[in-house]
Amino acid sequence: MSDLPAGVERRRFDGEKRLATQGPPVYGEPTADGWRAWDARRSKLGAMLETGMDTGLAGGETVLYLGAASGTTVSHVADFAGPTYAIEFAARPARDLLDASAPRDRLFPLLKDARTPETYAHVVEPVDVVIQDVATRGQAAVANANARFLDEGGLLLAAIKARSEDVVADPSAVFERELDTLRETYEILETARLEPFHEDHLGVVARRRA
Amino acid sequence: MSDETGGWFADATPDEPERASAAIRQRSADAPGDWSTRAVDAGFAADETAYYDALHEATLAATRTAVREAERADDQQLMHAVRAMDDCERTANELAERLHEWAGSLFAGAGTGIDGARDVADRDPDGPAEERAVALAERVVELADEAADLRAHIERTAPEVAPNLATLAGPVLAARLIALAGGLESLAKKPAGTIQVLGAEDALFAHLRGRAPSPKHGVIYVHEYVRGTREEDRGSAARALAGKLAIAARGDHYRGEFNPAIERQLEERMATIRARGEADE
Ligand SMILES: C[S@@+](CC[C@H](N)C(=O)[O-])C[C@H]1O[C@@H](n2cnc3c(N)ncnc32)[C@H](O)[C@@H]1O
Repeated sequence: MSDLPAGVERRRFDGEKRLATQGPPVYGEPTADGWRAWDARRSKLGAMLETGMDTGLAGGETVLYLGAASGTTVSHVADFAGPTYAIEFAARPARDLLDASAPRDRLFPLLKDARTPETYAHVVEPVDVVIQDVATRGQAAVANANARFLDEGGLLLAAIKARSEDVVADPSAVFERELDTLRETYEILETARLEPFHEDHLGVVARRRA
Repeated sequence: MSDETGGWFADATPDEPERASAAIRQRSADAPGDWSTRAVDAGFAADETAYYDALHEATLAATRTAVREAERADDQQLMHAVRAMDDCERTANELAERLHEWAGSLFAGAGTGIDGARDVADRDPDGPAEERAVALAERVVELADEAADLRAHIERTAPEVAPNLATLAGPVLAARLIALAGGLESLAKKPAGTIQVLGAEDALFAHLRGRAPSPKHGVIYVHEYVRGTREEDRGSAARALAGKLAIAARGDHYRGEFNPAIERQLEERMATIRARGEADE
């Protein structure tokens, strides 16, 4: 099992060891001693860490997070990372994202479409890691378009949802096609299914190519 | 101070949160830049810490505004959808009438309305005239189906846009009131008496010119509380409903939160109005 990033620990909540970060609670998760449990069933990145994928995260990185929704995962990310930009395009969840961002002074919420990076490139700096969970059609294309925020060797941590691409096709076939598209811009380092935490999701660790 | 590179802070200073927020929402750049360094170099922020503090404030403000705008824009979508639904229904019905006349001369026992059109659409045409009539029937059915899909879409979105109004009026009537007023904001600014007669503008102008009694209700007539109340009390029922709809619209526009008390109060008021009728019997 690979190391957890600094700022993420396994701690006991109600007798159960779970991932946790330090920060103000966001979604009613259990807390103890200033730590809050990180629910892997509600977070693809949490599941990637739980299943032992080597995310390459050490803690303190600058992060561009695509598909922030109401801030469940990105709030944990901001707890252990450096400046974190959170992109979400739906207004409803973005309202809750504002509440998660207000007490985190290095979490920057942006109501923008991840398919048009030029609408936020005037705000977002080059980052160490792009984390993506957009669950919409064309997920690999979104990751490719946002490669401009990574230097060569920069990391992509993506969750790919099979059903977002095609509700009937076999998930493995969908994953292969998406990975092929990703290879235009990235070198794939590791992939793993996120079961039992998330069905028909593939976790991907990739590195930006030259 | 100015930064020619196109960062969000290019023509703002940290004490102008409005401008910074507008720049975040409206500007763009092809590629990211080392904005924190450049902002310090350009004199926008004293150091990196001050830069990120200003960015935090500006992104919160920009996103708060963008969320509010997006939610307000949703009432525009709802208006388009309900108008399109009404057009589809009206056109489908008009064409069904035309079809009924035509089909009556071609097929025995052709029914009326959309159901009649469905029957005709299922027939095997014999000859060029029947072919056209059946093809027209298919178009009528498609239009009616589109109206149904639009209705489903409105039912899904109206509670998001106007939770109180959709609860009180039902999603479709809520959408229609918003469309008649020209938006949720202008509906929220209308007095209850105006909401009561929205959609009865012709009758209202006739009344103002002294040619007709004042209308008791506009589109809210379709509401069970109005239609289902006996004639003598319908005016009171329409007034009571319109009063609560006005409160609901204001709640939806200014607060955007659901308030179950409005519906309870309306139920009580309606019970009182309808009790009069029962007492008279
Ligand atoms: C599965 S949810 C993300 C959950 C979130 N990552 C978490 O774990 O807390 C997917 C989100 O991506 C957003 N999304 C989909 N397409 C997007 C796009 N093109 N740009 C920005 N956000 C998008 C959706 O609105 C939705 O909120």
